[in-house]
Amino acid sequence: MSGSGVMEGGVRLQIDGRALQVAEGSSLLQACHEAGISVPTLCFVEGLSVVGACRLCLVSVAGQPRPLAACTTAVGAGMVVETRNATLTLLRRLGLELLFQEGNHVCAFCVASGSCELQSLAQQLGVDHLRYPAQRQQRRVDASHPRFLLDHNVCILCSRCVRVCAEIEGAQVWELAERGSATRLVAGLDQPWGSVDGCTSCGKCVQLCPTGALADKAWTTGERQVDASVAARLRPTRLEQVRLPAGWDPPDGMP
Amino acid sequence: MTANGARQGDGGLRVRCCLATSCRLQGAEALLEAIQTPQLLGEPGPDAPTNNPGSVQIRRVGCLGLCGQGPLLAVDGGPDQGLYGGLTPAEARLLITRPQDAVAVGGQAPSAARARLDRRRLDPGLPFFSRQQPLVLKHCGWVDPEQIGSALAAGTYGQLLACLDGRTPAEVRQMIQRSGLRGRGGAGFPTGLKWERVAAETASPKLVVANGDEGDPGAFMDRTVMESDPHRLLEGLLIAGYAVGASRGVLFVRAEYPLAVERLRRAIAAAEAHGLLGDAVAGRRFRFRISLRVGAGAYVCGEETALMAAIEGRRGTPHPRPPYPAQHGLWQRPTLINNVETLASVPALLAIGPEAYAAIGRERSLGTKVFSLSGAIRHCGVVEVPMGLSLRELVEEIGGGAPDGQRIKAVQTGGPTGGFIPASRLETPIDYEAFAALGSALGSGGLVAIGDRTPIPELVLHGLRFCASESCGKCIPCRAGTRTLVALLEQLQAGGGDRGPDHVLALIEELAAMVRVASLCGLGQGAPNPLLSSLRLFRAEYRGDSGAEEAP
Repeated sequence: MSGSGVMEGGVRLQIDGRALQVAEGSSLLQACHEAGISVPTLCFVEGLSVVGACRLCLVSVAGQPRPLAACTTAVGAGMVVETRNATLTLLRRLGLELLFQEGNHVCAFCVASGSCELQSLAQQLGVDHLRYPAQRQQRRVDASHPRFLLDHNVCILCSRCVRVCAEIEGAQVWELAERGSATRLVAGLDQPWGSVDGCTSCGKCVQLCPTGALADKAWTTGERQVDASVAARLRPTRLEQVRLPAGWDPPDGMP
Repeated sequence: MTANGARQGDGGLRVRCCLATSCRLQGAEALLEAIQTPQLLGEPGPDAPTNNPGSVQIRRVGCLGLCGQGPLLAVDGGPDQGLYGGLTPAEARLLITRPQDAVAVGGQAPSAARARLDRRRLDPGLPFFSRQQPLVLKHCGWVDPEQIGSALAAGTYGQLLACLDGRTPAEVRQMIQRSGLRGRGGAGFPTGLKWERVAAETASPKLVVANGDEGDPGAFMDRTVMESDPHRLLEGLLIAGYAVGASRGVLFVRAEYPLAVERLRRAIAAAEAHGLLGDAVAGRRFRFRISLRVGAGAYVCGEETALMAAIEGRRGTPHPRPPYPAQHGLWQRPTLINNVETLASVPALLAIGPEAYAAIGRERSLGTKVFSLSGAIRHCGVVEVPMGLSLRELVEEIGGGAPDGQRIKAVQTGGPTGGFIPASRLETPIDYEAFAALGSALGSGGLVAIGDRTPIPELVLHGLRFCASESCGKCIPCRAGTRTLVALLEQLQAGGGDRGPDHVLALIEELAAMVRVASLCGLGQGAPNPLLSSLRLFRAEYRGDSGAEEAP
């Protein structure tokens, strides 16, 4: 934008008692990051589209009846925002508890133990036991890919893999299928991952997985090493977007 | 009774046969076949005097209202005039073949046959019929939904022409604003305001969507409109398109409504053939086309952002608003999304004038509302009543109260994301704000009466299972939270486990509150409502106390 240090047309708002000025159109989460305020997230990754699915970045905005997801809320002039209070902590803890009781997470045997974002957030927020009946769903492991492994037991359905594959790699291997607690990640047309021709084996999905659901077959317990900055690093090289021409009309036969 | 003269005098018998879904399921097609081809039934005997079948005018119509007593058949004029419910094909045949002249029917004396028919005749003085105020449903049950000529004869498209010829789009929008019409899909957003927002956008083309993804269990108002009077919906969509400057309309109808889909497709084709859709609607300078999209079976696609994703061919999951569809709708174009009943209300309110429409109802809830009545209620069916009527009048009088031996404990409104209103609060007026103040919601108009034999926790569990299986799976509170609430309620039903019911109840209330505030869209935000509402009203039932009564 402008070369000067002073931002013109920026939006002034207050987050956790601090007066901030950020570029118009920024999200509350970006504003927090710029100010060095950390907000828990699981589905958000710098460089990918935002989906607002994990609900961990919920923040309180004065005058709003319910907390808002910082990743999908644009900054507004004069907003008064709180990123931490007792209510938000409770909401985040409950969200994490739900994830643990939904999947089959055994940190002691997991390739991601020590590098897992879910484990790390649970430790930060003090989620140390489960109060809900565990779902104990029978889930599968897809080991059909020559290099990688998909363990549905620890997939939290954050859709980072879906987005990085579509938005950065352009291969569109991943998609979510089904509904409710049957929701699951599918490769290709619901095929074994190894049989999907479109997969370039680039491994970006593995790099961005917050848990050990997508893993390198070479890893064993606690050996996972990933670099989640891949999306942000490559984003500038993927800026070309198809735009709808002016006066474009939905095609006939399509609504 | 000298029936014959009167009947022959007006040239034959006029009969309307309901062929909407509910009556079809109860045998309406067999009934129709019986009266169209009386000789096929082989009774009465060949010597018995019969009416010439050709003199019977049969009109295939949509909903006649009292679905619970179908199949319904209406006779217009003559001594047998009236609405008949639950006729067998033989009885229907009897009805149109002058039973008083028949020597014997099925071995019964004529008087017995006569009495049999009279028992099927519904009392026109029933409040179910007399207390209604049909505006949206005015032509339901009168027009043949598969014949555009029938709709045109009833005046459909007349308001469209009046708008095209005599009113600017801004004038039409002002009329909608003055009428006080609010979204009938449940949220109750002022329709005129929504139209203004889309009209204010400059991008083109603009689109108008009719949301026909009615999926609340116990809700069948929109199905009735689509099946019974499809041209009225098309007229409403056209007027909306004219008023906001749109050139495209999309009907989104759930796949579970095959008859509505079939009749709407037929209606669109007929309207195109009549020049009412196309590059010059009715020869005027207004271009509008309508296409129909069929849902793929997901409840959440009634949510407008998921609905748009589904229309665009993507996975039907909601996304956060803003941006709103008025700015970034279908294919990023300004898009007006209205519920079917809302759009069908438009020609109706223009016909009587916005001021007359706004004179119906109370406070901020004006006009009429269509309800579908079901559950522990004597008269199940579809009714249209003025806003402001009390729930007691709707349930006890129009609905006829609970069936014999039962008592109504509460009514559930707003579907699986609404709440309960206890019997002690039935004086509550039908009003968006009044329902919300009681922790329920007016919703789209599905009203389920709960009898005193129905355990509330089981009903709530049933609804929560529905929400859990219909969650799109995107956000954690809805996907895992509703599923966990189901598990906790099951634990409670089993006695509460080691720590007892109070411990489980505390977990349930904490989690229900979290799902309500943290979920991404209205499905998750609303899913705990019946649970929370019933925990306030019928807490003792959850704790397994016998002789549970509602809270004071």
